[in-house]
Parts: sequence; structure tokens; C-alpha cells
Amino acid sequence: MRREGSPWQGLGAVFLKELSDHLSSPRMRVLELLVVVTGAVAIYGAIQQIRAVSAEDPFLLLKLFSLGGGSMPSFTGLIGFLIPLVAIGLGFDAINGEYNRRTLSRILSQPIYRDALLVGKFLAGLATIAISLVSLWLLVIGLGLFFLGIPPSTEEAARALVFLLVALAYAGVWLALAMLFSILFRSAATAALAALGLWLFLTLLWPALAPMLVQIFVPPDPVSILLGQPSLAAIEWQQALSRLSPNQLFGEVVVAILRPDTRSLGPVFMNQLQSAIIGAPLPLGQSLIIAWPQITGLVASTIVLFTMGYVVFQRQEVRA
Amino acid sequence: MSDTVIEVEGLTKRYGSTVAVDNISFSIGRGEIFGLLGPNGAGKTTTILMLLGLSEPSSGKVDVLGYDPGRQPLAVKRRVGYMPDAVGFYDNLTARENLRYTARLLGMARKDAEPAIERVLSRLGLGDVMDRNVAGFSRGMRQRLGLAEILLKGAEIAILDEPTSGLDPQATSELLDMIRQLKAEGVAVLISSHLLERVQSICDRVALFQKGRIALIGTVEELARQVLGGGFVIEVEADGVELNNRLAAVPGVVRVEQAAGSRLLVHADRDVRPNVAAAIVAAGGQLRRLSIEEPSLEAVYTRHFEQGSVPNAA
Repeated sequence: MRREGSPWQGLGAVFLKELSDHLSSPRMRVLELLVVVTGAVAIYGAIQQIRAVSAEDPFLLLKLFSLGGGSMPSFTGLIGFLIPLVAIGLGFDAINGEYNRRTLSRILSQPIYRDALLVGKFLAGLATIAISLVSLWLLVIGLGLFFLGIPPSTEEAARALVFLLVALAYAGVWLALAMLFSILFRSAATAALAALGLWLFLTLLWPALAPMLVQIFVPPDPVSILLGQPSLAAIEWQQALSRLSPNQLFGEVVVAILRPDTRSLGPVFMNQLQSAIIGAPLPLGQSLIIAWPQITGLVASTIVLFTMGYVVFQRQEVRA
Repeated sequence: MSDTVIEVEGLTKRYGSTVAVDNISFSIGRGEIFGLLGPNGAGKTTTILMLLGLSEPSSGKVDVLGYDPGRQPLAVKRRVGYMPDAVGFYDNLTARENLRYTARLLGMARKDAEPAIERVLSRLGLGDVMDRNVAGFSRGMRQRLGLAEILLKGAEIAILDEPTSGLDPQATSELLDMIRQLKAEGVAVLISSHLLERVQSICDRVALFQKGRIALIGTVEELARQVLGGGFVIEVEADGVELNNRLAAVPGVVRVEQAAGSRLLVHADRDVRPNVAAAIVAAGGQLRRLSIEEPSLEAVYTRHFEQGSVPNAA
């Protein structure tokens, strides 16, 4: 049965309302504070480190993002940790909150389709994260200029920009996941717990679990036992499994983009390194090609998760 | 009915093996107040959601203002105002901001929306609190805000789901007054309720729901006649000779029953009070009291389902 009228009608209204809700909500204040404080601390650590170690590096600005100082994790590490938290914080009560406030049937009785409500909420969440990320990003570059006193090259600026876009795609995955749970679970608390639980599982447990699973499924062959190394099949399996976690994908892209000398994200053989100038930076295009599967994976996960939520939401009963 | 706004034919909704709405048909005319009455879970809200295109019928035909809600939901929802059961608003926004959001969803231009919002809020007595957060609103105020939203839409049909539940008697009568005003403006009103007594006074016609079917449909008087038999019971207190026989001879009277003292209960198939009074006076009797027991939907409902009979809808 074909419906008449545009599914995007009312999208702008929903988007603006949700965006203003997000930006004025106390929840967002708390999350912003968390992000800015940890970001500032990480950058401070990185600056101290850079001053001490690598004053000669041609990619000082990128070091600012990827270098950890002392016991502090790097800025990108922190971002990889905090983005899911912010995204889940913005998305976990997107739909079930409307049910619980008993506003859903009233809003859907206005001349809009459910598409507009869901897409508007997703885009508003993404825009909120984008605003925070861009300000944080500018803050980092500004601090870098201020403390290090070296203007970034075009190449560095471009790489930093790609990093920003990838971080946004990474945020999209978690936002779509949080919204999917907000559709599946009628209680906002359950949805938040489920999303946070999955995040902790994928971030903390999965990297430890993946090698164990590989040992079960890929028994070590005699050669690798003799060499005391895991076999190539085992390594490939382990990588494939660990890449199920968006965290891993994001981490790999960050390495490829922010460390221009990265040549591969998988196992490398000695003969492949023949006549390569170790430590020489690759141009941005080449780094992008290395990280392209991971970037595609992040965008694809976002689309898949959002589509799942969309299908479930379309079939759901409106009545509370 | 030439001026029909809602036409429902053989509408059915199944969830798996359970039938929520079972082959119902009814129609509503312009400026009519129609009551969907019945206990909770009888299928009233499901019917309403299908009228709005928010739920897909398993079979049957729905026509709302000439549109099919399944195919043209936007056209239907643009012209039909809906106030859900226990209507909710965004607590962090003011009454004005809540309606502003609705106006934006409706696609109203901002310069038209602002005065319209102020007008409808003042009209429903929310003028003083329009810039206060909805969080502090009482149930009655929320219901009025819901009606304000329907007014803002300029709806041709207003669908109100359980509008009086949870309201105190004064708020209820205020709300019923506002619904009468809507009718006076030519808006067709569909009310669903399980509180029969409260809404029977304003409904032109009612449909009594039971287990997904419409058990009875018609005006309250028609239903009373159909279910309670004689229909009208007139209580007479009078002195006179042979009043029993004389009253029994009045056209329309079914039987006369002697009650305590000088009281008589006259069962009739229509309102025969003037004829009864005339008969008593003509017989030289002294009329002290003459009152009619209004047929109540409650009685109709109880009697009907006690009998367990499901006669064909009128």
C-alpha cells in the first residue's frame, strides 16, 4: 500500500525542537563538562610530552591528538571512550521517553510520518555531538598553536579534519544503537543499561575475549607452536573478531590517519617491506585507502543499526 | 446522512489470534457528538487509531472526510484533532512552546501561529499560565491544553479519548461545556469513554462497545426503548377515582403499577407526561407530583449485558 505525502514533512520542526532540547538540557551540560575537562587534561599531558621528546617531528599537531602524556591516555583514546558515553546519553530515551511522557500518540497525530520523528531525532543527536566535537577540536588546535607556536601544515589540517569526520561516524554508530534500544525497551533505564552494558562489553571485555575465541576455533598448527607465534590464520581471525567492536574500528582509523607513517593495519610480511623507507610518511590519500574499510564499516554499522530501529519503530503500536 | 464526515464499514483489527475490533460499522455526521462507550479494552482506542491511520486495519473500510487514513494519513491528520487518553506534553516547555511545536509540525507560518496560539490558550482559560512550564499543570489543565491544540489545528473532527477520566466534577463539566462549544462551531466530535453517566448528556448518538463489537448503536432514548422495553417510567403522585384505569387508557401507556401510598408508576413507550397530567385533571384528580425517570445508559448497559443478548445494531 502506497502512502501519500512526503515522509520528510515536519522533519525540520522535529530536528530544531530536539536540538534545542539537547543543547539546553542539564544532561548535555554534564556531558560537555566531562568531555572538556578530560580533553583539556589529555592535551596538557600531550603538550608536556611533545616538548620533552619530539620537537623535531613534522607532524606536531597530529602528535597533539595521538600522544599520551605520562599516565594519561591520549586525546584520541579519551575521545574514543567518551563519544559512546555522550551518544548513549543523548539517545537512550529518544523514543521510549515519548511513550513515557505520553506525547508520542499526540505528536504522531499531527500531519507527519514516523520517519520524520525518527530521522529528526537522530540528526538532532548527531548535530549536538558534532557541535561539541567541533568546539573541542578547535580548542585542541587553538591550544596547540598557543603552546607550541607552530602553525599546522595543510596536510596536518586535512588529516585532523578527516579525524573529526570519522569521530562523527563513530558517534553515529553509538547514537543509532542507543536509539534502537530506546525503541526496543519501553523503560528508559533498561535501554540505558543495555546500551552502556554493550559499550563496556565491546570496549573492555571483547578485546580480551577475541583471542580466547580464536584459540577455541583455530587450533594452533605445529609450525606456529615451534616458532612460539600465533599462526597467520589465527591472527587474521583475531583481527576479524575484534573488528566487530566499533571501538576497534575507530582506533585503527585513528592510527592510520593521525600517524602518517602507518603502512598497514593488518599483519605485514618482511617481503612486503622490501625497499620501503621505514618511517617515511604516506600522503593523505594513501592513508585514507588503508583506513577505508574501517571507515566504511563505521558508516555501514550506523546505517544498519538505524534501519533496524526504523523497521521496529514503523511496526510498533502507538498506544502506550 | 448526506453530510457524513466519518464512515466505517466492516472494520476489523486482529493481533495474532485475538480480535481487538470485530467487524464494526458506523458513521458520524458533521456537527454531531458521537460516543464510543464501553469498558476498558473493548477496542475503542484501537478503533480511534485506525481512524487516524496510526494503526493498520486487518480488513474493512474507513473513510474520513473523503480520505483513506491508510493511504492518505497526512491529509486526514491535518484535518482531524486527536487528544489521547491522559494526553502528555513536554514538561520542560511552557504551554505556549508546546503549541508552538505543534504549529511548526502543522507547517503554520510563525507570524500566523503566534496570535493563534495566544487566542486558543486564552479561550480555554490558560491565558494566565501560557508561559509557565507544563510540569506544574494539573490533569484538567493538560486536557484543556489538548483541546487548545485541536482548536489551533482548526480541526473539522475532534477525537477525544477518555477526556473526562481522572477529572474532578467541576473540571469535567467545564470540559463538557467546551466540547459543546466545539459542536456549536460545526466540529464533529468523537468521544470515547468508559464513564457512561458523564458523557451521555452530551452525546447525540452512542455506540456501546463490548469485546471489540458494537453491541448497540443509536440515541440514548432509542437504546433505552430497545433494551429497557417500555422505555419511559413516569412517577405520578395524585388523588382521584379510578386513576389506574384512566391512565392506562392514555395512548402510549403500556401499563400502570400501584406503588406505595398514592403513588403510581406509569410505564410508557414515549414521554406522555402532558397526556397523563391532562387525564388526571380531566378525571377531577389532584396532581401533586409528576416526574420522569431519565433513561440512563448505565441501566441500558447493565441490562443489555446481563441478558447477554446481542441484538442487531439499529
